[in-house]
Amino acid sequence: MTTQITSAPPAAEPRKGDRRRPAGSPAANVGRPGFGWALPAAIFFTLFAIVPLIMVAVLSFMSWNGLGSPRFVGTENWSRLLDDPVMLKSIWITLLLTVLGIVVQTPLSILLGVWAAGHQRNRAVLSAIYFVPLLLSATAVSVLWRALLDPNFGIPAEATWLFGDGNLFGEQTTAIGVLAFVSTWQFTPFHTLIYQGAARAVPEVLYQAAEIDGAGRYRQFFHITLPQLRNSMITSMILMTVGGLTTFETVLILTQGGPGTDTTISAYYMYEKAFKSFDFGVGSAIALTLVVAATVISLVVVRVSGYDKMRSSMEGVS
Amino acid sequence: MRRRPNYLAGVGSVVWLFLVGLPLYVLLAATLRTRGDYAENGPVSVPDTFTLDNYLGAFDAGFGQYFLNTIVVTAAVVGLVLVLVPPLSYAIVRSRSRVTSQVFRLFLLGLAIPAQAVIVPMFYLISEAGLYDNLLGVILPTAAFCLPMSALILSGSMRDISPELFEAMAVDGATPRRMFFQLVVPLSRGGLSTITVFAALQAWNGFLFPLVLTQSDSTKVITLGLYNFQTEHGIDIPGLLGAVMLSMLPVLLVYLFARRALVQGLMGVGGK
Repeated sequence: MTTQITSAPPAAEPRKGDRRRPAGSPAANVGRPGFGWALPAAIFFTLFAIVPLIMVAVLSFMSWNGLGSPRFVGTENWSRLLDDPVMLKSIWITLLLTVLGIVVQTPLSILLGVWAAGHQRNRAVLSAIYFVPLLLSATAVSVLWRALLDPNFGIPAEATWLFGDGNLFGEQTTAIGVLAFVSTWQFTPFHTLIYQGAARAVPEVLYQAAEIDGAGRYRQFFHITLPQLRNSMITSMILMTVGGLTTFETVLILTQGGPGTDTTISAYYMYEKAFKSFDFGVGSAIALTLVVAATVISLVVVRVSGYDKMRSSMEGVS
Repeated sequence: MRRRPNYLAGVGSVVWLFLVGLPLYVLLAATLRTRGDYAENGPVSVPDTFTLDNYLGAFDAGFGQYFLNTIVVTAAVVGLVLVLVPPLSYAIVRSRSRVTSQVFRLFLLGLAIPAQAVIVPMFYLISEAGLYDNLLGVILPTAAFCLPMSALILSGSMRDISPELFEAMAVDGATPRRMFFQLVVPLSRGGLSTITVFAALQAWNGFLFPLVLTQSDSTKVITLGLYNFQTEHGIDIPGLLGAVMLSMLPVLLVYLFARRALVQGLMGVGGK
């Protein structure tokens, strides 16, 4: 856990042993790479990520059907979206699924991560199987679960005592349940890894000290392990939020937004508007809403948590 | 904490093992049995037939070509990432130019940009550039979206190189170029393999860019082939699962032989 998702840029915080000469003195830059080294990547990234990001904002004020040239229409797309019941509904479903994902996956992955950081028997074999879902594409995972949960040939047909008539995709509650379950299945291993790494980095001395003070296992967990996992929790939750807001393949393959529009999350609605109804302007407006939401949420979490101070979690320990 | 067994976590881990293991068992078993056997005896039963037809069927459905396309995309994306990211990370870690730290901020911001956000303008740009339905049109955006995370991982690993080594080389009059090739690249091999794994997985599993930016069978990648197979032959579950298995087989094989490196690589994605 030396560097985290927001590792400090070199200028922000001098590290121990990195004696800095006063900036601007001629000797300061001898033997140091110039900005030119970053240039190819910066140009490439600007061209294929930043420019499209700016364009999505511009396109949200245009009307374009994919052929011919986009035409400026002012705020028409936005006012249409504001009056669109499906859009408003999709925002709620997106938020619901995102929150559901965080609430279910966080305790589960902390538990599994702390467990995997220990020295239990058979851990290596078990965790080898654990992490398989992490390697699979969302497409493969969704197709797999669509087949496994098939009302006629899948597991629900076998276990009617649990699934009733077995058509999990026919009702909003169960369809949302399936989506939440499949993302949990796919992403818990990843968050487990984050927590596993963090739990391993907790200094053993803290536990030894607690033991001397007579603290039991659960007190140790709540007073040492959990607080030490704070930074990882923030990283993990930001990733869950951004991931939740932009879930797409799972919905496309498992429910196609249905039944009706009951699982039409915003990212899927964006795809439908743009690439099925060829309404690229409205699609862009939805996309922009998603980026703004993801960025704002991430920034707020980072600010509120003081994570932007970019302190290494090992500081003060070694 | 580490000495006595933790029962709560132990139970949780067994439940999780079951949740992951069962679907994987059903998947493997289903791909090796006939459609009739699967329909009759249900997904969880032990197969009483054995066949490779499900895999052969996937190849008949064009998966050979999709495989090849995916390999091309993956190799090209990894190549681009390995050419672009090391110099970038080197500059991020060692340069004192203000512009470089601005560039780093730009890439950090990029972490929050999801592919969905830019898919409409990407479609416009790629069409205008004449790259629609061309593998290059998939490769370029996929590689671009691997850059922020790769830069973060690699600069983290380059930051672990002791400053004394740079100073020693500077005293010897080494140029930044020589330091890069003789010091930075050899000492960040761990980080380099991590970003290779990361970019390869991203490219291999990529779906949205191919979905929107390609059209014909000759440019279809394997995830897209899977999606189409599902839409067209959704009822033939063993056949479908055979295709699923094929799409993940290379990744699983690599995982089997290089589990430690792979998991550590993925660990670096979240927090080293």
